[in-house]
Amino acid sequence: MDLENQARIKELGEKYGPKELVVVLGSSDPDSAELAAETVTAGDPTYAGPLAGVPLGLPVYHILEPEIKEKIDPKVYEEQVAMMEMVLDVGALTGAVRKMREEHSQL
Amino acid sequence: MDDAVIKGAGYILAHVPNLTYEFGTTQVLERLKSPESPYLAKMKEHLRTYEQALAYPPFQVYIGNLHPDDLAAIPRPWYEGEKVRAERAGRYGEIVPEDEFYAWMLLVDTFDLVWLDEDFLNELKPRLEKHPLITPPDLKKMLNGKKASDIRTRVEAGSAAPLYLGERLVGCVRQAHEVDDTLKAHVMAENMATKASAVLALRHLLAQTGTDPKAIDYIIEASEEACGDMNQRGGGNFAKAIGEWCGCVNATGSDTRGFCAGPAHALIHAAALVKAGFFKNVVVVGGGAVAKLGMNGKDHVAKGLPVLEDVLGGFAILVSENDGVNPVIRGDSFGRHNIGSGSSPQAVMQALVAEPLERLGLKLGDVDKYSVEMQIPEITEPAGAGDVPTANFKMIAALAVMKKEIERADIPAFVAEHGMPGFAPTQGHIPSGVPFIGHARDLILEGKITRAMIIGKGSLFLGRMTNLFDGISFLVEKNPGRKEAVGADEAALKKLIASALRQVAAELTGGEG
Repeated sequence: MDLENQARIKELGEKYGPKELVVVLGSSDPDSAELAAETVTAGDPTYAGPLAGVPLGLPVYHILEPEIKEKIDPKVYEEQVAMMEMVLDVGALTGAVRKMREEHSQL
Repeated sequence: MDDAVIKGAGYILAHVPNLTYEFGTTQVLERLKSPESPYLAKMKEHLRTYEQALAYPPFQVYIGNLHPDDLAAIPRPWYEGEKVRAERAGRYGEIVPEDEFYAWMLLVDTFDLVWLDEDFLNELKPRLEKHPLITPPDLKKMLNGKKASDIRTRVEAGSAAPLYLGERLVGCVRQAHEVDDTLKAHVMAENMATKASAVLALRHLLAQTGTDPKAIDYIIEASEEACGDMNQRGGGNFAKAIGEWCGCVNATGSDTRGFCAGPAHALIHAAALVKAGFFKNVVVVGGGAVAKLGMNGKDHVAKGLPVLEDVLGGFAILVSENDGVNPVIRGDSFGRHNIGSGSSPQAVMQALVAEPLERLGLKLGDVDKYSVEMQIPEITEPAGAGDVPTANFKMIAALAVMKKEIERADIPAFVAEHGMPGFAPTQGHIPSGVPFIGHARDLILEGKITRAMIIGKGSLFLGRMTNLFDGISFLVEKNPGRKEAVGADEAALKKLIASALRQVAAELTGGEG
């Protein structure tokens, strides 16, 4: 995750904490989804950015996970996400993010 | 009004491993952070030779010796072994070696900024003399060398950026101002390389199409570089600077920017200028991006691959008045990503692909080939960015499923039929839609396809001025013929009107009388 985004998330994470803030990822690649999920929960595993060694423990989901999907107006989901849902490896993406959430999220 | 046609396309690559090592942003940043970087030391072992670059199948597709679909049949990795004939010259252009490319940089320099070692130039002379696009006056300028010691002094003083061939310092690009960051040596080296690669592409285009350079009346440059000084950082007009070195004395021009989508925007501008009758022959041209050389080098080196981003790309496309033969840029086919379109991938694809086709009463399957961001997949995959063109073709196929044109199980077949493997270097604007135009033109002229969609997309957030996405698309189609019939009708109509007017006049005269 790029350093500027890490800085923004760090600031927001510290301001609101895991009870008030949810991270929703849209990554198309399972590896980068996992990396992003780890960064906002356990801290930046590459030790390159502001979140290195900062375990924010934020709840993190992929937009394709059912928990998020059911909260979105089906019409909007159909217009904005359905195409990518068909194209992407949903199982791998949601599995990668879920794994990090279950391991490192504080909620 | 007739639509404009695509009269030809030139594509070149310059294999520049030393520029990659010296000036690619990834390497520059690494050098700043840790001059003794293990990556930089190891990277040198991963640089390809010119012969290896020539034998790289995607490059042979780019310059037109292979068809994009041929790539699908060549087993990956493409960088291993010699899977295709290593040819320098191609149907659309050539792959120029780095030493000769330095001479092209010297040629196009008008401010005595590029200095090359006189001994090095003498060694190069026999090859430069043989180049079909180098004229005797060009050669005279190209052989204007400097003393090696003078070059070394400038480089050591930090007032010039070095041009190496391996360990040998063969030249430099001098700073154009002492304190202005926009004219510092590094920037001048970047801009000179962009200009030189664009000049080479345009010269190839003119030669291939047999076009008199004097017949070009407008040039649109569409790279992602900025030239100017500290008071006008992106002042511009690479276009005229390029045309000047291609004999386009009757042309004016300007630059169009839009990140990777720049060339697609520029082609639409060109088509509009021609269709409106403002200009007859408009060239859209773009040179390579030095900064992007070796952009994913760390991943390539870490994974044991050669540094695959070792070439600058260049292209030039000639858009002209309808000749009744060449494929048209269909004037009613533009797909636009508007400010209000939304930035989700689906919103983008709907705006760029589905909407224009719906408007024209066409199905997604009616487009024989789509040209999207045509990056070579084995460059982007090791860096975690996946196979970009295939991802795009899958999105188009998914739209076809949503529109009930095909079944979900047919997505792979749709991708294979309407897509193609990526074959262009990751040079931002270079792979974006435009690499396929030469092939599309040929396939249409050969009657193998009738319609291709060219899609350009741009990531505007990189400039931190907006978070909006950008993209624009258009159809290239078989020429429907000139509207001569309409011309004949016009003549007939004029006669009719004249005769009617005469009758009225006669009646009026009669009435009065």
